Amino acid sequence: MIRVTRSAIIDAPIERVWAVLRDFNSHAAWHPIIAESGIENGEASDQVGCVRSFTLKDGNRLREQLLGLSDEDHLSTYCILEGTLPMRRYVATVQLKRVTDGNRTFWHWQSTFEAPRGREREFAELVGSGVYEAGFEALRAYLRQSRPANTPVPRPATRGGAIRGHAIVIDRHGGADELKWREIQVAPPGPGEVRLRQTAIGVNYIDVYVRSGLYPLLSPPGTPGMEAAGEVLDVGAGVTEIQSGDRVAYACPPVGAYAQYRTMKADQLVVLPDTIDDETAAALMLKGMSAGVLLQRVHRVQRGDAVLVHSAAGGAGSLLCQWAKHLGATVIGTVSSEEKARAARAAGCDHPIVTAAGDFVARVRDITGGRGADVIYDAVGKDTLAGSLEALALKGHLVSYGQSSGVPEPPGLAALSAKSATFSRPVLFHYTADPRDLREIAGNVFDMVARGALKVDVRQRYPLAEAARAHLDLEARRTIGASVLLP
Amino acid sequence: MARVYISSVIDAPAAKVWARIRDFNGLPRWHPRIRDSRIENGEPADRVGCIRDFHLQNGDRIRERLLGLSDYDMFCTYSILESPMPLTDYVATIRLTPVTDGNRTFAEWWAEFDCAPERERDLAQSIGQGVFQAAFNSLKQLVR
Repeated sequence: MIRVTRSAIIDAPIERVWAVLRDFNSHAAWHPIIAESGIENGEASDQVGCVRSFTLKDGNRLREQLLGLSDEDHLSTYCILEGTLPMRRYVATVQLKRVTDGNRTFWHWQSTFEAPRGREREFAELVGSGVYEAGFEALRAYLRQSRPANTPVPRPATRGGAIRGHAIVIDRHGGADELKWREIQVAPPGPGEVRLRQTAIGVNYIDVYVRSGLYPLLSPPGTPGMEAAGEVLDVGAGVTEIQSGDRVAYACPPVGAYAQYRTMKADQLVVLPDTIDDETAAALMLKGMSAGVLLQRVHRVQRGDAVLVHSAAGGAGSLLCQWAKHLGATVIGTVSSEEKARAARAAGCDHPIVTAAGDFVARVRDITGGRGADVIYDAVGKDTLAGSLEALALKGHLVSYGQSSGVPEPPGLAALSAKSATFSRPVLFHYTADPRDLREIAGNVFDMVARGALKVDVRQRYPLAEAARAHLDLEARRTIGASVLLP
Repeated sequence: MARVYISSVIDAPAAKVWARIRDFNGLPRWHPRIRDSRIENGEPADRVGCIRDFHLQNGDRIRERLLGLSDYDMFCTYSILESPMPLTDYVATIRLTPVTDGNRTFAEWWAEFDCAPERERDLAQSIGQGVFQAAFNSLKQLVR
């Protein structure tokens, strides 16, 4: 049995190194030996048991399986299932440790395996230097490139004056490559304002619309992003309900969340309970509060109601299913694939309907005994809205809250009167504009999470500097569950 | 249960750093805050279970028992039997790991203990920075 051990110090905080290494498919992005790599069967790259199938630049092919992953211990264990190299019983472990002295990272990489008799030394060298040592160097370069020189200290150098930090800035509307990593000055808080050190930032499809210019919420140059969590550094005059040191989160305009530090109005902040960690808050504020408002304020869902949720496996759809189920509704959902049907069912959807756009009306009638759905939540828009109206029960409520397939024709008065139907086009921020409403709505979300009735699955974590990669993954529908950026 | 964790990188091979640390009676030779030390009952300093009785520069007296020592994994675990600090059930471990890249040493030192909640922050600070980090800083100078 050959044992190979290599270790190195990486000059970056452990969170940043781990954000890359915990992704079992990230090696194609940073390790020079890898030509291409993919996770088999469309599984998530942090799902224990998933298999990465990859090709080396020298033509060799390998399949490796993730055997263990721990965010607590920063530990990843994997083995070779099969490959064109004559190594057997290869099991490797990557472990990171925090170097508190200087906020750096200790990286330990170790494996045991068997090689053909007489070639042990050759393979030990291949693994030790060709893979591990080359990997250390490559990851250092990768982190340098994704965060240019003058790596900012995570703590601000000054209090009172402006803080220097970094943010994602766009100079014009366009593709993901317009998201640039830039140094910024963050002014001290004025009256009614606070200054935050942000710790986790939520990524939403609305950020793509803001970047591309479809939604006129940002006039370049500027910073996109609607939601984040963090710690209050200092507060301006007249701010009484929030103190320096509080853990807080927000989801609101104006945009500007893709930043290490931010100064903003205090009245749109919510203080986080201990039961909600920063990543959960960043991933949940916008979608969780949307679900709560849609189910409890736009329409009051009652026990026994038939609720139809379109895109039931998506970020917002999955939360709507969980929450509607908790309220005692019969939950019907449309999804685009069998895999998503399973995800929707796991989120509490009683009747997932796998359908091409629009082709769900008869199934909804069947499920509801011909009555139709009492309330329908439609964020698909153009492809589904007409069908939604058809699938609606008498005196039903059709709620349009997005348009992923394009802006729909609104239903005419005649079509509404034919069913005494109600049609709504709500916007979350109108419901949360009053701070008292905001705190109640956010508090309901936190309660649901604390009770275990609402779960958000943070599956993708990216360094903030790599926001462009997060957008590309989101637009290519490569993500499952929620994504967050880590400053 | 309070917990303190401090880690550092020492620019010397791990075997060289370990030679200093494994001597349970050797604190005065590398820790700036320790004045003197002796092992009770004349036992060898690497006998697991032995007790060191030492004084800080300020005169405080501390007795600690060696709970575990490994030359293979380069760690040393010990508990406090007697000290003027307002804490109980204190168990600490110091561990070294080689950094093959540059032939340096990754050094970790952590402790768990019980104390009154309002003392936790101060104790963690004085143990983490005043004892552990100060010792690492001194080791960095000594083993160069």
